[in-house]
Amino acid sequence: MTDVVLRTEGLTKHYGGVHALEDANFEIRRGEHVAIMGDNGAGKSTFVRQITAVEQRTKGKVWFDGKYVEFHDPLEAREAGIETVFQTLALADHLNVPDNLFLGREIIKFNLGPFSILDYKAMREATIAGLQKTGVKIPNINNTIQNMSGGQRQCVAIARTATFKSKLIIMDEPTAALGVQETAQVENIIRTLKEQGEPVILISHNMRQVMDLMDRIVVFRRGRIVADLRKEETDGQDVVAYITGAKTQEQFAGAA
Amino acid sequence: MTDTTHGIGGLTFDPKKRSMPPEIGVAIALVLITLAFEALGWMLMNDSFLFNTRDTVDGIFNVARLKIIILQVSIIGIIAIGVTQVIITGGIDLSSGSVVGATAMIAMSFAQAGEIYGNPNDRAVFFEQGLVDLPLIMPIIVGLACGLFAGLINGLLIAYTKIPPFIATLGMMVAARGVAKWWTKGQPVSFPTDSYAALGAGMTPVFIFAGIAILFGLALRYTVYGKHTYAIGSSEDAARMSGIKVARHKVLVYALAGLLAGVAALVLSSKNLTAQAGMGTMYELDAIAMAVIGGVSLSGGRGSITGTVLGAMIFGVIISGFTFLKLDAYYQEMVKGAIIVGAVVLDQWRQRRTSMRAAK
Repeated sequence: MTDVVLRTEGLTKHYGGVHALEDANFEIRRGEHVAIMGDNGAGKSTFVRQITAVEQRTKGKVWFDGKYVEFHDPLEAREAGIETVFQTLALADHLNVPDNLFLGREIIKFNLGPFSILDYKAMREATIAGLQKTGVKIPNINNTIQNMSGGQRQCVAIARTATFKSKLIIMDEPTAALGVQETAQVENIIRTLKEQGEPVILISHNMRQVMDLMDRIVVFRRGRIVADLRKEETDGQDVVAYITGAKTQEQFAGAA
Repeated sequence: MTDTTHGIGGLTFDPKKRSMPPEIGVAIALVLITLAFEALGWMLMNDSFLFNTRDTVDGIFNVARLKIIILQVSIIGIIAIGVTQVIITGGIDLSSGSVVGATAMIAMSFAQAGEIYGNPNDRAVFFEQGLVDLPLIMPIIVGLACGLFAGLINGLLIAYTKIPPFIATLGMMVAARGVAKWWTKGQPVSFPTDSYAALGAGMTPVFIFAGIAILFGLALRYTVYGKHTYAIGSSEDAARMSGIKVARHKVLVYALAGLLAGVAALVLSSKNLTAQAGMGTMYELDAIAMAVIGGVSLSGGRGSITGTVLGAMIFGVIISGFTFLKLDAYYQEMVKGAIIVGAVVLDQWRQRRTSMRAAK
């Protein structure tokens, strides 16, 4: 089981009387790209929020990188190696690309506590290397985020997760607000990550994208996992049937 | 450097298209305003604003006026350095004027001479306790501690109770003025020791202002402190999600702003050789205005110490220019008001243009 990067068992989240997530058993292996699909309110984002410790789970167990974990906040999860691209991107608009990539984990020349001197050159070089590694195209990394297009911003946010030694990357609808070309660029980055063996969890509503990029599709419905499909064994119509509730896989039959 | 003209992934960009730093605009404004006074001087007064026209004095420039231009804004300039950093985080500090008042009163009480013209100075605040003729370090420590303390309270309130900075520092503004009046029941504190009087004598305030400006200018540009200050003002959520300890950083920024108000109080009371409860009134607004004129954005994330120093210079030139033209101080305030509003309008216009360009 050393191959498994993340495993959850009986992961559950209740908001008062609302059962947003119920008994989710999930796992992702090294190098695997898994899509999470489902209707609005199906529990996809809730599931991610429990893994990344943005919220504290009601019940259930999580193992990450071979160890049982209970992260107290998103920082702990990130330090352990779970990098998340939030829908809001979490970029500082007035800072340029290297500043954003290294925000909160700057490379320093001398340590003077809060007044530690920044090593701009090293951060710049690491940024260029990181962007090249992920195949991100940015005309000018000294430009501030506010002067960039939505696609470029998304690329910067993704490149940030890939520049560091992450063990799992989670993306929450990275192409929802993007045009055709920009979507293609983000998809290329995801392909590059695949070649490099980085495991990715992708939340997406885009069936073509999921079929193109992912190995496995996990379908959520009304807070429960209702299907776990290998790409080769399914097609778009089949997945839609699971999403809408027309079908439920046998092993999850008790769930829905 | 090839990597500045060739983007990542084969894309290129034209470095000439880069937008002009806002400080250049402020510097141009400073030059234009100065030239306007020069022209008005020749038209109305038949004299030069900048250049030396006296036969009795050597030199090309009117050095006395240049000195006054910078000297009269140095003390508020010191406050403006702190306020600039607060505004960059997206906050505001209304308390600095009152903190100057309170700190000046308290610090001066530890700087009083024991004798005036050979007579015992029995009106000194701590005369009975024998705390007169203390070494210079005492009032300095007391003054810095007072400023730091006020700033710390501001910062803790803002960071941990999440009340808006406007309210927290408004409270401090009122409370600190109360402290200033309560300290001696409204009596001025006068007759400092010679060593204390030297702090604000001559051009010393200018050197202190310059030193602090350089120090914090470098800190904002080259240290983690500066990067986090800009990041918090740019997007507090992004800063938090990136692992910046936002609350702790805010406490530090407000504490430093308080500390600098303390420095200003020391220099001001020394320069005036007295401390009064009403000292520093409205300084906070002048300091904010200097920052805003210097291109510091009230919505946070943008601005620099260079800009604020230039903003302070614009203030100094206007005050000196009006005095030179023998115009009443009333006009001066009206023009100052118009310039502050004009600077913010310009800033918003500039920001709109930036976001429109990004949307293209």
